[in-house]
Formats: sequence, C-alpha cells, structure tokens
Amino acid sequence: MKIAYYPGCSLEATAKEYDLSARTVCRHLGLEMAELQDWNCCGATSAHSINHLLALALPARNLALAQEEAAQCLVAPCSACYNRLKTAAYVLQENEVERKKVEEVVGFKFNGTVNVQSLLETIYYQVGADTMASLVKKPLTGLKVVCYYGCLLVRPPEITGFDQTENPVILDKIVSSLGAEPLMWSYKTDCCGASLSLVKSDAVQEMVGLLLDMAAEAGAMAIVTACPLCQSNLEMRRKKPFSGIPAFFFTELIGLAFGMPEERNWWPKHLVDPFPLLRSLSLAG
Amino acid sequence: MQIMTSKGPVMLDLSFIQEIKKRSGQAIELCYQCQKCSSGCPVAEHADYHPNQVVRMIQYGLKERILNSSFIWLCSGCETCGARCPNGIKIAAVTDALREMAVKERALSGEKNIPLFHNAFLNSVRRDGRVHELSMMAQYKLRSRTLFADLDIGLKMFKKGKFAFLPKRIKRLKEVRQIFKEAAKQ
Ligand code: SF4
Ligand code: SF4
Repeated sequence: MKIAYYPGCSLEATAKEYDLSARTVCRHLGLEMAELQDWNCCGATSAHSINHLLALALPARNLALAQEEAAQCLVAPCSACYNRLKTAAYVLQENEVERKKVEEVVGFKFNGTVNVQSLLETIYYQVGADTMASLVKKPLTGLKVVCYYGCLLVRPPEITGFDQTENPVILDKIVSSLGAEPLMWSYKTDCCGASLSLVKSDAVQEMVGLLLDMAAEAGAMAIVTACPLCQSNLEMRRKKPFSGIPAFFFTELIGLAFGMPEERNWWPKHLVDPFPLLRSLSLAG
Repeated sequence: MQIMTSKGPVMLDLSFIQEIKKRSGQAIELCYQCQKCSSGCPVAEHADYHPNQVVRMIQYGLKERILNSSFIWLCSGCETCGARCPNGIKIAAVTDALREMAVKERALSGEKNIPLFHNAFLNSVRRDGRVHELSMMAQYKLRSRTLFADLDIGLKMFKKGKFAFLPKRIKRLKEVRQIFKEAAKQ
C-alpha cells in the first residue's frame, strides 16, 4: 500500500520531536511512508473559523496531491490536520454541491480513493499491538500513564469513525503493548484549549490545569498524546511553569521501548524535562 | 422587529435563524433546551453565553448580540456538544457560521484578539503555503499589542530549537494563492 505522510506545519517547528520520533518508529515498523510532495497547510482552526470555502479547499488541495501520487492512504500525525483532511474528504464524498465548488477552486476531480488516517490509527490497524509487543526491547515496566486523545481525533464520530467516542481505547492498547500501564480516567477526550492557547492563555491554563489534576488523581506519572497542539498546551500552560509530569508523544514511547538510539534527541526538546522520570524507572541513562 | 425589554428596546431579526440554518446546515429549531451541550462545553464558563443560550438567542433573532459575543470566538470547535446533543445539533458548525457572519458584518467587539490571531495565521499560509510559526506569532503579537505576554515560554522554546527561523515556501504557491482569491469572493 502506498502511504503519503502529511507532517503538517507544527511538526516542522514546535513539535519537531513528534516528527522525528514518528519517522524513526515507522521506518522500524516497516511502514513505508513518503512525505506528500509540496503539501500545504490544512488551514487548521483559523480557516474554518472565518471562511467555509477556505476550510475545505486548503485540505482538498492535499487530497488532490495524494491522488496525483496515487497514494491509497494519507497519514497525518497531527489531530487538527487529520480532522481537517478527513472532514474535507467526507464533505467531498457526501455533498455534491460543495464538491463541485471545491473541485473548481482547487482544479482537480475528487475520486475518493485516498483514505485519510491519523498516525495513531495507521500504527494500530496496520501494525497492531501484538507485533508491537514482539518488537519491544526495553519494556516500559512501572510507567503509569493516562492516555489523552483530545477532541479532534475522535469527533465528530460520523466523520472520524474513531473506535469509541466517549471512551476510545486504541492508544491505551498501544501503550500497554509497550509494557507501560495505562490508567483509567474520565478525561480522555476533554478539550485542552487547542488554538486558544496564545490568545486566551488564562482559560487554557484552567483547562490544562484540570487535565493535569485529574491525571495526578488517577496516579499518572505522565500523559501520552497523539497531537502536537495537545502536547504543547499540556507542557506549556501550567500554573507552575515547566514542572510536573511530562506529556509524551506516543511515538516517543514506542521508540523508547524499541530501544532506538535516536530517542536521546527527542527528550531535550520537551518544555517539561522527562529525564527525572525516565531515570527513576531506569529507562534512561 | 423591535421589542421593549426592562433594559430598553431590542432589535429582533426574524430571518436570522433561517440564515444560520442555511450556512451551518443545523436544525436549530429542534433544540429543546436540555443543556447537555453546555454541561460538557469546555469554554462555557469563560464566555459571556453558554451554547444552549446561543441556540435560543438564534431562535429569538438576537443577531447583533450574538455576533458581538465573546462566545462565538471562544468556542474551540471541540465538537463535544454535537456528539452529545439528543437532536444532533452541532454547535461548532453554528459558531463557524456565526463567526463568518461577524467578520462579514465587521461585528468584532466580542473578542478582538482572536480574529487577529486567525488573520495572522492565514496571512502566513497565504504568503508561503504553510504556517511559519515564528513570524505568524510576531505578527499577531504586534497587532494585538501583547508583545510581552509569554516571554519566558517563548525564550525557552527558542533555546530548545522549537522555532524554525526561515519559512518553508511551497513550490506551487500559485495554487494556494488561487484558493485564497476564490475564498475571498464568498
Ligand atoms: S444539547 Fe442540543 S437540544 Fe440540548 S440544549 Fe444543547 S442544542 Fe439544545
Ligand atoms: S464545540 Fe464549541 S460550543 Fe460545542 S462544546 Fe466545544 S467549545 Fe463548547
């Protein structure tokens, strides 16, 4: 299967460690992905906030590029990109009037052959938890985490088709295949404040504060995410800056458990230093 | 239509609900005020109205008040309300429509900085085809006059090499510019 990788803008800068770990881990898992050539920004929250057509046409151009490359699967590690790409594909499939308009603006014919997936789904469904477990060299024994899915990976359910809207489990399954212990908590799909971070930081700090408090109450040593916006809000918007439990990208934990040497390049990029935790579990030197 | 209230006269726009229904595709008239949307809404406590109130206000035709509310800008589009509403009303789609109208009618008093942020973001996409976070943030901070907020975090991110200095411009930028041009006509 031909997979096109759509890193998205955050992974080129603020979430570089997600991009690095994702590429390394996928190579190791035998998932062959090539970066989508000449991809453009999906428009994120800003486009759909103020212009309906822009919100569809920007991601649709990426669908057009994937079609051009004859990719069967377009994989986005960022939940926001995934959501915009998936929404565009859904609307183009379901709504003829919108499809005609977008096709004209972007200059392509939508054929519905490209399946948009989040990286989390790609790894879970194309590799599977059992294979993952068989590749573990350094089990994450003793690492208690809460899995945080956030909003855009799971909702709206009719578009994402994600495993369970109120209690998704695939990230928990991946984490336990690595030897870590995913804990029960009720905040898996609550909102982190997303793009309000820069403009309404006080409100986001309260939203993140609640998530961190509840993670602590569940007994978590870390939070695991699959989204650059969630991860940066979780580490950035804290009442006491840069302290407390770290937020990992799930790909970082996979790389750690696989014993990949590249792992040491990822941790220094975190705003909350993960070394004390990793050392306490003898997972880092 | 105008009505008198204890706080003075209020304009009601009775075609407002039709307009929002058309733009958002949501069956706003079905709402029976169960408030399930508001109880799960992460921004309700930070905004001037709760989502169920906004739906009722649309039914009443309180256009001006809604377009100038902070709620429409604070809605994070988390889709929790839509996934839980017993009548399948997606308030995220409704707020998208409301924001689009507010921009068109230049009714932006509810929350001035958030539209400035969206503009800075989209300007960056139009310029290079991708967002360059560093210059996008600089533009937003200059225009919103919030230059010194988050300086400590910015500095730390800088030290950790979390910013790319130069934007990555895409090759077929013309195609993205064309999309922006067409979208502006809407
Ligand atoms: S959940 Fe739906 S029906 Fe209930 S108040 Fe909100 S919009 Fe109305
Ligand atoms: S989509 Fe908007 S209105 Fe609905 S729950 Fe989320 S923030 Fe609240």
